[in-house]
Amino acid sequence: MIAHAIVFYIFSLIAIVSAIMVTVSRNTVNSVFFLILDFISISCLFIMIGAEFLGMIMLIVYVGAVAVLFLFVVMMLNVAQQKNEWFISKGRSAHIPVGLLVSLIIFFEIIIVIGGWKYKPDLIDSLAIEINTELTNTQTLGTVIYTDYIHLFQLSGMVLLVAMIGAIVLTYRQRSGVKRQSYFRQISRERKDGIEVVEVENNKGVKIDA
Amino acid sequence: MTELFIFFEQIYRILFLLIPVLVSVAMIVWLDRRVWAFVQKRRGPNVVGPFGLFQTLADALKYIFKEIIIPASSNKVIFILAPIVTMTLALIAWAVIPFSETFVLADINVGILYLFAVSSLGVYGIIMGGWASNSKYPFLGAIRSAAQMVSYEVSIGVIIINVLLCVGSLNLSDIVLAQKDLWFVIPLFPMFIIFFISALAETNRPPFDLPEAEAELVAGYQTEYSGMMYAMFWLGEYANILLMCAMGSILFLGGWLSPLDLFPFNVIPAPIWLILKILFLFILFALIKAIVPRYRYDQLMKLGWKIFLPFSLIYVVLTASFLMYFDLLPGN
Repeated sequence: MIAHAIVFYIFSLIAIVSAIMVTVSRNTVNSVFFLILDFISISCLFIMIGAEFLGMIMLIVYVGAVAVLFLFVVMMLNVAQQKNEWFISKGRSAHIPVGLLVSLIIFFEIIIVIGGWKYKPDLIDSLAIEINTELTNTQTLGTVIYTDYIHLFQLSGMVLLVAMIGAIVLTYRQRSGVKRQSYFRQISRERKDGIEVVEVENNKGVKIDA
Repeated sequence: MTELFIFFEQIYRILFLLIPVLVSVAMIVWLDRRVWAFVQKRRGPNVVGPFGLFQTLADALKYIFKEIIIPASSNKVIFILAPIVTMTLALIAWAVIPFSETFVLADINVGILYLFAVSSLGVYGIIMGGWASNSKYPFLGAIRSAAQMVSYEVSIGVIIINVLLCVGSLNLSDIVLAQKDLWFVIPLFPMFIIFFISALAETNRPPFDLPEAEAELVAGYQTEYSGMMYAMFWLGEYANILLMCAMGSILFLGGWLSPLDLFPFNVIPAPIWLILKILFLFILFALIKAIVPRYRYDQLMKLGWKIFLPFSLIYVVLTASFLMYFDLLPGN
């Protein structure tokens, strides 16, 4: 039990410190690396409480895909330079009220959630789902999602689909002058499309592309 | 006292797994070069030791004695971390590989997800190395490689779903035991082919070795690395290739199971079968390196997103409907 507690505190310490470092670090690329470290330690915490499916999915989706794209954008845009200019400029205090408002809202939300645990412990017992402790975490999740909550599941899928189509529509543009390869056109090319036999008169030559 | 004993026992077991893996990585580099030479009618490394078997050890010794050069304008912490990340990720994945019914370091119930997660983290070593070098060729190589690995991971994920539909469990030992009667390579043959090609792309092997295309990018993300740090990238890459071969043999070729449950086959111990299957897949990898020319980058992306992904998605629907219609779903 003590070993468990030690490991838990190590992971939570890493998570909190790296979360602070994300905002403190001057170099934006380092911030993203700290964000990745944060994701990894939080997925370790998930695994420690027995939610191994959630932890692994967090690793695969957030660390393996989302953070890679983050890193891409940050590395390519050279954000570090812009940020330094922003630190010098006078307009920076304009953003502070908005930031304060957002952090206040998040703070009160956390207070409500933790207060709920503290002052109304029967909230957790009033869950509608019956949990079978004999099945593994993954199996239980599967049986619940695909039966009782199938509509919500499908709805969230639709939301993701709409977001995906929206992103494609917003970014897609047909550029002219770009050469594209079409396998179908290459393969379906026949001899008569490419070669023409011309009778050439003496001392006249032949005009191409006439 | 007992805790201490358990602790040392675990360390002993880890070493018992890792040292053979590292040695076999060295041997596999030799095998790769020998196969490559064999196809091209050359001799390949044959001087150091019997059949040149110790060539990789000699190379490693040379790398150890070379100076490690860290570019002045690089981000030093990340520059040093990159090969360490690559090597560590390539080795920790072996924790869940089952060599026989009992010989497995960690028999966790989301084993395949763990393998998938670790192999998808492998891209970080490359991006970190490419960016921290603060040089154009490594950065271009890193960007190419990251885009390539993220794209092919998607189709590998969908292929894994195909296998999982037939197994009904995420545990690697269960996946192997589900193939007792029929290896999944037979019903899921198209998926095996796509998995194999995606594994080539995922490990940056030819014909998809664009991140290190030497004609265009010198050595890609490894350009600025030297000495032991370069060797670690190199060993990590080969450990990853071995891992992908192990994953392929567990998912499709029945892992440690013998091909027939008859006399001469079933006396051979289970780990040997797994090693033979991994070697078979690796020799295919090496042959392909020798005989196939490099892909163009847009063709690579087209293959991943427009051909492999739709095809494997359709195959998921087919597999699911087949299992549903004939009432073969596992767990019923």
